Amino acid sequence: MRTLYAATVLLATAAPAWGHAFPDHSEPRVGHTVDASPPAVRIWFDGAIEPVFSTLRVEDADKRQVDRKDPRVSPSDDTLLEVGLPPLAPGRYRVFWSVVARDGHRTEGSFGFRIK
Amino acid sequence: MRTRHYVALLGVLGLTMAAAGPASGHGLIGQRFFPATLTIDDPFVADELSLPTVLHIKNRGSEEGPPSLQTDVSGELSKRLSPNLGLSLGGTYTLLDPDPGDSVSGFDNMEVSLKYVFWKSAPHETLFSAGVSWDVGGTGSKKIGAESFDTVTPQLFFGKGFGDLPDAVEWLKPLALTGAFGLDIPTRVHNQTISVNDDGDVDVERELNPKAMQWGFALQYNLQYLQSFVRDVGLPAPINRFIPIVEFAMETPVEGRDAGRTTGTVNPGVIWFGRYCQLGIEAVIPVNTRTGKNVGVIGQVHFYLDDIAPKIFTWTPFHGVLGPTQAQ
Repeated sequence: MRTLYAATVLLATAAPAWGHAFPDHSEPRVGHTVDASPPAVRIWFDGAIEPVFSTLRVEDADKRQVDRKDPRVSPSDDTLLEVGLPPLAPGRYRVFWSVVARDGHRTEGSFGFRIK
Repeated sequence: MRTRHYVALLGVLGLTMAAAGPASGHGLIGQRFFPATLTIDDPFVADELSLPTVLHIKNRGSEEGPPSLQTDVSGELSKRLSPNLGLSLGGTYTLLDPDPGDSVSGFDNMEVSLKYVFWKSAPHETLFSAGVSWDVGGTGSKKIGAESFDTVTPQLFFGKGFGDLPDAVEWLKPLALTGAFGLDIPTRVHNQTISVNDDGDVDVERELNPKAMQWGFALQYNLQYLQSFVRDVGLPAPINRFIPIVEFAMETPVEGRDAGRTTGTVNPGVIWFGRYCQLGIEAVIPVNTRTGKNVGVIGQVHFYLDDIAPKIFTWTPFHGVLGPTQAQ
């Protein structure tokens, strides 16, 4: 019984991906300031995400959508969600994302970054 | 008489675990993840299993009994009956090792809880729920002080994430607060003890089972929230899934000789959450000498059943398979 319990704990904690897909890291980094307009916003999640149900958009300080409206899950990396950006003026921007993990969990969130 | 001593000692347990019982209810609202807290119950309903929750503490001696080492091993199974309605069953096995005295052990009364989430706001990471808990009298062992009568506790819960604070105080956005308030209502007002003394006289002793407010808070700082939504400070795994937490678990009798005298504990600790489970550990620090003077420890392994096997554990009688707990 003790062995079974230990195995269950190990399985639970050693799983390769998370039930709810949370961002692992991003470009630009969450809350950071970049020197120049980045060519894209990229978010790497800690598990595979479903392309059909995943969205990503970028808004400026006036809440206008400024990205190229081409969000996609990278064909070569199913943990990467990205959207292209035109050259952007200095200022504050906010990224809004919503994803569905492969096992059906939906998560959403937003974060800001700044262009110097 | 010895049983009475243990009843008194278990009173301290009641104080240390105050607004508690095995806690449950991880959940998501908006972009906020709330873990299941160890000591107080939180506002979510979910399909999950706390097994085990282990409390270890040294109780101080009193007029009614010697000091004792107490270890509680408890478990709780929670099941959603609908997206907003949940049912929980909990039990605790208690070992008491008095000094001096012989050790005793046994199950405490079974606890059954029903909870309903009646209001939520994803943008404000806020929700409220109400419930009722039933301590089923007579299902536990008398030798560890399990009561022979039922206690019913109507409860209110809330959860609030502070992600909607202005950017000027962005470092406070990962903070969240949950709270629980309940009123223990024993179904037997008095315990009556009848004894015959040496002179053959009959003594009748009546002891009040007082109503008591059970209340508590959990203040938590979610490092995953900080990293993902506020500022990437470069925390590596597993630290980026840590939630430092302080729980406040209090009890205030509202009648009887101890009316208005609050007892309880402050429990600082940390929770780590993963895909299928979370692990938590906290110190259990009495808030006053009335509660005790020794620091205990509580630890918990908590499984997210809705993530482990959603088709099995998220089935409900009227809404079918709910699937994993989703952002509200």
